[in-house]
Amino acid sequence: MAADFPDLIDTRALRIWIDDQFNWVVINFGEELELAFLPVLHLLNGIEDLLLWLPWYVVLVLISGLSYLASRSYAVLGGTALMMFLLGFFGMWEPAMATLALMLTATLLAVIIGIPLGIAMSRSDGLQSGMLPVLDIMQTMPIFVYLIPFVMLFGPGKIPALLATIVFAVPPVIRLTNLGIRHVDPEVIEAVTAFGATPRQKLFSVQIPLALPTIMAGINQTTMMALSMVVIASMIGAGGLGYQVLQGIQRLEVSRGLLAGLAIVFIAIIFDRIAQSYGRKMQQHLNTGG
Amino acid sequence: MSRKQTSEQPKIQIKNVYKIFGPDPQAALERAKQGASKTELLEESGHTIGIRDISLDMPAGETFVVMGLSGSGKSTLIRHINRLIEPTAGQILVDGDDVLQLDEQQLLDLRRRRMSMVFQRFALLPHKSVIDNVAYGLTVQGVERAEARERAVKQIELVGLAGFENQFPRQLSGGMQQRVGLARALATDAEILLMDEAFSALDPLIRTDMQDQLRELQATLHKTIVFITHDLDEALRLGDHIAILKDGELRQVGSPEEILLHPADDYVERFVRDVNRGRVVTVGSIVEHIPTLRLPELDPQKASAQLDQADGDTLLILDDDSRPVGAISRRFLEANAGRSASWWQDSSNLDEVHTVTRDSVIDEMLPYVSGSDTPAVVVDDEGQLVGVVTRSGAIDALAKVPEPEPGEPAGEQQERASA
Repeated sequence: MAADFPDLIDTRALRIWIDDQFNWVVINFGEELELAFLPVLHLLNGIEDLLLWLPWYVVLVLISGLSYLASRSYAVLGGTALMMFLLGFFGMWEPAMATLALMLTATLLAVIIGIPLGIAMSRSDGLQSGMLPVLDIMQTMPIFVYLIPFVMLFGPGKIPALLATIVFAVPPVIRLTNLGIRHVDPEVIEAVTAFGATPRQKLFSVQIPLALPTIMAGINQTTMMALSMVVIASMIGAGGLGYQVLQGIQRLEVSRGLLAGLAIVFIAIIFDRIAQSYGRKMQQHLNTGG
Repeated sequence: MSRKQTSEQPKIQIKNVYKIFGPDPQAALERAKQGASKTELLEESGHTIGIRDISLDMPAGETFVVMGLSGSGKSTLIRHINRLIEPTAGQILVDGDDVLQLDEQQLLDLRRRRMSMVFQRFALLPHKSVIDNVAYGLTVQGVERAEARERAVKQIELVGLAGFENQFPRQLSGGMQQRVGLARALATDAEILLMDEAFSALDPLIRTDMQDQLRELQATLHKTIVFITHDLDEALRLGDHIAILKDGELRQVGSPEEILLHPADDYVERFVRDVNRGRVVTVGSIVEHIPTLRLPELDPQKASAQLDQADGDTLLILDDDSRPVGAISRRFLEANAGRSASWWQDSSNLDEVHTVTRDSVIDEMLPYVSGSDTPAVVVDDEGQLVGVVTRSGAIDALAKVPEPEPGEPAGEQQERASA
């Protein structure tokens, strides 16, 4: 049964207008935008080059050491070292480092953008009510929809992949920074106000330290979401493990897809453990002071 | 705590302050000024009266207690003094400066240097150690961390928490946490201490300890303390003056004795009904007249004449500086009528008297009068006679017969009589 929704306006004309406007932006500002985002590309390439320049065992020891510092658990240390070793064992070391670089760069930039936005949101109810629907849209809009304009602006490559990843991954850190600061005990805030703390002193000496466990949870989620984007990002030229999965699909090679997929799971587990351990340690510090 | 009255300007003056919560406080203010009741305003326009037309003078160096049950507006009132809450109308003067006219920088300065605050639920910074909590007010002022910590250590010792500097608040008991809160407030050397139900969250025994400690500290520090409480016993223990609030209105303000002996209305009367007056009413307020004689003039004839003239049973003997040295009863007089003049001049032969100072409470002197007909002798700080308290006088005061008027200088008649 066909639904006869009346044509209230000519949507075709509207769509053409939108496309024309966007094309105009691409034609007139495409190059400038590409130039503007060049430093980001350099950052991404720099991290990737560093990870590949370092001997594999150094990277393995560094990341295993980081996991131990965060968790103080030999089980986590051993698990991390094993999983890092398997990355290379599966022949996925190089794409894994490319994926790691993309994930780290995207997370770093998401944190740099997200925490100040979250702080601003926590200070203004107006901004919060404006931002929340935008964040909802960013998280629910199918990713391919905003891949199109990014690819049009920058052409296929690492920059649109990175930007799309950031847009997808930044909402949790914004949300949880806002939430964490808003949930700081109002009595503590009142106390420091009574002692004459300026808003800046309040922010840095009380609000951020007390919100840190929540902010860390946000960073953890952001990391995981950035990682979940790698397959899709590889479709527009990001390379890495996602590209291996993509090749597996294109060539119908189950083994390649499986090994690359496992490698992604390993990276996810390692960084989830690291971030969670940090978050838990902070929580304990606040609860028992130890 | 001293009860001296000064004619100086009050440290804190609250003048006709109103606070109305709701969508349009100014509109509701007019209705409140016309006399609309709390429930009327709430039903008419959804406004709540937090505070209605309160004026209070808080003298420097005193502990001023604001007392009321929950919803009386007492916590709202204290937050007006450092402008954590802005009044809807009225004035708040600190050292004569209108707090409401301060700009942002001046307000920060007021909060940093001139007053500090202690909170009901401590409100310590959970992520900072005891020493950093105590130093917090100083670091906010911009004091170097090393110096701030050094000064914090002194305050920590003062409140008896030495050795706990590097613990975190969660590791401490409630009483210890509030000591940290108190040390934090004292660390900035502010002259005004705002204490919002500071001891209400503590166990009764700990609360008494903290009250004692505050009284000790106040005896040396002479801060101007504004103390909020819902506990009348606490108010009576700590307060030089007490203001009683109900539903945002001031019901009575006065010294603890005035409130106990002359409650302004039924509400206050109901409040004070169950209080142990013996712990509050000072002997200075219930002294009675007694016939006296100077020791050099003492002989049996004169003593007998004085007793007859005053129609009393006991004669108090003073030295040349009006200090009581002994007492004589009629029976004593009859028994020793034949003694020599020099025997009479030796004060160690006379009946012993128990002296209490003017500031003592009735409970402290009860043991002296309970088993004897000799009254307890009330003296001032120099040891000179103020008057006496008899057994019946003490019982009258405990049973709430407000006689004589508190503050009536019974001692003056005494001096005229003996001069």
